[in-house]
Amino acid sequence: MFNTALTLSDLGFLLQGALMTLAVTAVSVTAGTILGVIFGVVRNQVGPYWAVPLTFVLDVFRSVPLLIQLVLGNAFQSIAKLGWPPFTTSCVVLSLYTAAYCTEIVRGGISSVPPTTRRAARSLGMTWWQDMRYIVAPLATRVSLPSWIGLTLGVMKDSALVLWLGLIELLRASQVLVTRLQEPLLILMICGAIYFLISFPIARLGGYLEKRWSND
Amino acid sequence: MIEIQNVRKSFGSLEVLKGIDLTVNKGEVVTVIGGSGSGKSTLLTCINGLEPIDAGRILVDGTEVHAKSTDLNKLRAKVGIVFQQWNAFPHLTVLENVMLAPRKVLGLSKEKAEEIAVKQLTHVGLGEKLSVYPTRMSGGQQQRMAIARALAMSPEYMLFDEVTSALDPQLVGEVLDTLRMLASEGMTMICVTHEMKFAREVSDRVAFFHKGVMAEIAAPEALFGAPKDPELKKFLAATH
Repeated sequence: MFNTALTLSDLGFLLQGALMTLAVTAVSVTAGTILGVIFGVVRNQVGPYWAVPLTFVLDVFRSVPLLIQLVLGNAFQSIAKLGWPPFTTSCVVLSLYTAAYCTEIVRGGISSVPPTTRRAARSLGMTWWQDMRYIVAPLATRVSLPSWIGLTLGVMKDSALVLWLGLIELLRASQVLVTRLQEPLLILMICGAIYFLISFPIARLGGYLEKRWSND
Repeated sequence: MIEIQNVRKSFGSLEVLKGIDLTVNKGEVVTVIGGSGSGKSTLLTCINGLEPIDAGRILVDGTEVHAKSTDLNKLRAKVGIVFQQWNAFPHLTVLENVMLAPRKVLGLSKEKAEEIAVKQLTHVGLGEKLSVYPTRMSGGQQQRMAIARALAMSPEYMLFDEVTSALDPQLVGEVLDTLRMLASEGMTMICVTHEMKFAREVSDRVAFFHKGVMAEIAAPEALFGAPKDPELKKFLAATH
């Protein structure tokens, strides 16, 4: 059906790119989520006044385009003579970018737990930590999950921008092949299909967890 | 024994407790009545240490609630409180709701905590609902679950803060019956309530609060039969 110059080794090249996309996404979403949870809890605990500096920094990460953050991040690491390889720089910048969004998700999740429910937990003699661990965390997670899944899928696609630092991820790999083979339609369709194959399980996992947690 | 000594408490410029003195002895049932905003509910949250106080002191068995050295979490295991809003933990089943604090706060084993929880839930008539999620139950059932949850900590004192005020009228009876049962078992209780008939039946003493002051306290027959305070007279005339 197709008369194509695309070889198996080209497909392998695309898959390698996909693995890079997965690796950058996995590291950034994991680190970004951990940071986001910490920042979110801190923002909730210290009150609006003390949270101002943190909120400001996170606002910067949310408002400056990711491409500029990556380029500036790379310039910064080279000025500071950190000697980071592009993979590290990409993951650091993407983690902070993820953390900035995740902080808001976590904060929203925590404030969705009614203060009266938390007071009931404390009135039973539970400590702040026990209240957080056994009451707030499970309830906030349920509320935050859809937004968090959305963030993860977004970061996965935004991670394509790391190609500007020289990393060969899925989109860059596709570009290389398009340039060489001059078959953009086929190659970009395959590229899109791979993005879909990565996203679909994540989205389904979200749907599954939501259903499981709905107490039915 | 709960000793409340000259307790004052303000929210901003609004003074809600203007020097309250009240001693509740072991085994005694004291109900607190009064209009909204009279400071009744605030007093209960102060006894449990959920709210700080501005002056005076509250002693529970000689331990000063608001002293810095007091382990509030330990104290709260001894002084149970149930609120107007039942505040079920919606992600846990009825059984898990009741088991959580005994396991995590008292450090009981799963088996022991479950045994206590089943006993308390059966006691309040929810023995059939163990594996149900609270959101599937009526307000009255959720409130009885909240009572069982507090009782599972084996408290020596129970504070009830308008526990029937948020319930549909037909559900009030089942919760009041649970309180009557506790009172008859000799539990030391302070109940803030709007249910005058209930207050009359179960109380050893009834206190009337008006604008942050305990205007009158007496045995129910005296307080309802021959009220002295003019505000109390007005209040009783309006509620009857």
